[in-house]
Amino acid sequence: MLKFALSRLGTFVPTFLGVTLISFAFIRVLPGDPIIVMAGERGLSEERYEALRAQYGFDDPIWVQFWDYLTGILQGDLGTSFVTNRPVWDEFFALFPATVELSLCAIVIAIVLGIPAGVIAAVNRGKFYDRALMSTALVGYSMPIFWWALLLIIVFSGNLGWTPVSGRIGLLYYFDDVTGFMLIDSLLSGADGAFGSAVSHLILPSIALSTIPLAVIARQTRSAMLEVLSEDYIRTARAKGLSPSRVNGLHALRNAMIPVITVIGLSVGTLMAGAILTETIFSWPGIGKWMVDSIFRRDYPVVQGGLVMIAVIVMVVNLVVDLMYGLINPKIRNR
Amino acid sequence: MADASAQTGKTMVGADRRPGRLKEFWSYFSENRGAVFGLYVFAAFLLVAILAPLLAPYDPSAQFRDHTLQPPVWQAGGSWEFPLGTDAVGRDMLSRLIHGARFSFFVGIVVVVVAASGGIIVGLVAGFAPKWLDTLIMRLMDIILAFPSLLLALVLVAVLGPTLLNAMIAIALVLQPHYVRLTRASVLSERSKDYVTASRVAGAGRERLMFITVLPNCLAPIIVQAALSFSTAILDAAALGFLGMGAQPPTPEWGTMLADAREFVLRAWWVVTFPGLAILVTVLAINLMGDGLRDALDPKLKRS
Repeated sequence: MLKFALSRLGTFVPTFLGVTLISFAFIRVLPGDPIIVMAGERGLSEERYEALRAQYGFDDPIWVQFWDYLTGILQGDLGTSFVTNRPVWDEFFALFPATVELSLCAIVIAIVLGIPAGVIAAVNRGKFYDRALMSTALVGYSMPIFWWALLLIIVFSGNLGWTPVSGRIGLLYYFDDVTGFMLIDSLLSGADGAFGSAVSHLILPSIALSTIPLAVIARQTRSAMLEVLSEDYIRTARAKGLSPSRVNGLHALRNAMIPVITVIGLSVGTLMAGAILTETIFSWPGIGKWMVDSIFRRDYPVVQGGLVMIAVIVMVVNLVVDLMYGLINPKIRNR
Repeated sequence: MADASAQTGKTMVGADRRPGRLKEFWSYFSENRGAVFGLYVFAAFLLVAILAPLLAPYDPSAQFRDHTLQPPVWQAGGSWEFPLGTDAVGRDMLSRLIHGARFSFFVGIVVVVVAASGGIIVGLVAGFAPKWLDTLIMRLMDIILAFPSLLLALVLVAVLGPTLLNAMIAIALVLQPHYVRLTRASVLSERSKDYVTASRVAGAGRERLMFITVLPNCLAPIIVQAALSFSTAILDAAALGFLGMGAQPPTPEWGTMLADAREFVLRAWWVVTFPGLAILVTVLAINLMGDGLRDALDPKLKRS
């Protein structure tokens, strides 16, 4: 196990360096001089321009710049935003809880609905429920979620008027960040109706974001279940006279979970990509919207820092999933 | 006499011959009714894309200023003049949707061809290369895959400049590692087989081994991947267009149309609904087809 963990960590380090290098290189080739962009409409005097170039290190050789950037990241320094003049690191972690809250809700919806759907489909293989559920899953899998989000807004905010269109909570409520998670903070604040407002803001973005992971999990659960259901030990369990629910639930599902857990781990990347679209549409103040806004504002340090942070988070989650996988499934360790 | 024997010989051969490859493929493919349906829809969209200028009633960028935001024909205020209604500057939705099919198919085909050919070559090289080069290539692919694909494509387009062409390049780059991994994996499993050794013993050079001996036997999963990435390409290009980082207005690209329509979400449902529906139906048809292709080409993955 230790050898397996070390070899996985061994691939993590070069990938991390590569991710940093790519994010670093992107910004060097972006059109436009960052100092000029930073100065904006006001313009700059010659001396001030030179001073700023020196201050931000654009005068140094490129490899010195990269080394400074790399050592900066390891110390939690991603540079400062051109627009707000705040450290990128602080901005990232100020917005990060919003994205985590949204993603967690989405993945919970996806798991809670996806796994039972897959199990029901597998148990009823080829029958009506299987066809209906799997067709729905394929539609979900093919869904352009930016459009799906707009449809949800039309129906639930426009026609029915049940949910608000954007933001995390009603304007009436104001309280301090404690955890950064609106659901928890609104409860802690004790304000009347704050929690309900937070939930009603959260529900549509979560549904939109959960759609693709939900479809993927349902499809994966079904095929993993079908594979397991044809195993000998399932036949033995049936022959022993165990009830179908016990066979399907206890014996089959437990063994079918391994590939499903992998898919859940891998969907973190999907969620981050989905968050870009979902957050933009619902004006959800998280990492995805921040990245899109920064790209349009040419706020290079933010784009660069955000890219690195998001990639590192995806990598760490995949690493953890891999290690867990090795822990529950000894077969994979010795590969 | 000679005639007769030739004749019996012929019938013998005819009776013995196994069905042609294409026929065999079709018999597996057509078992899956969804896949056949997907193929029909795909064919219909392809026709629409090719014949767009003939089918569309109007020019996609012609503005009818007297008919802005006119609802579709079945709703009060609609007319047969504009069957699916008009958008905010009075352009015919139907014509724009028909022309949009062209862009989506163009994107799909270009992205798949670029990503697949690049990925196959790099994957073949990795599979045949010495260990250090193989490791280097695969680490590089890991790095690309560490970024969420849409985010990487978004930043790439920001670097290259927001046009449809750059969006296609970005998406192709982001999708390419999947082909590399797939090709390399099948090359590694094929390389140690007897027929490859035999070919090497017979004196086949490395290029011949790569492209003529091994590659044809690795194609099945690659074809399935090509179908699936065709739909991913359409979705991602539409998403980039929607974010303003793909095709630029007034191009009638489906994602770009949705971006234009966003502010009318609550006033004019049709400008939002139809472009998205077009994306969904196309992508769904291709995914259905992809499932059928997998069943027909890849017996190992056969409908589990």
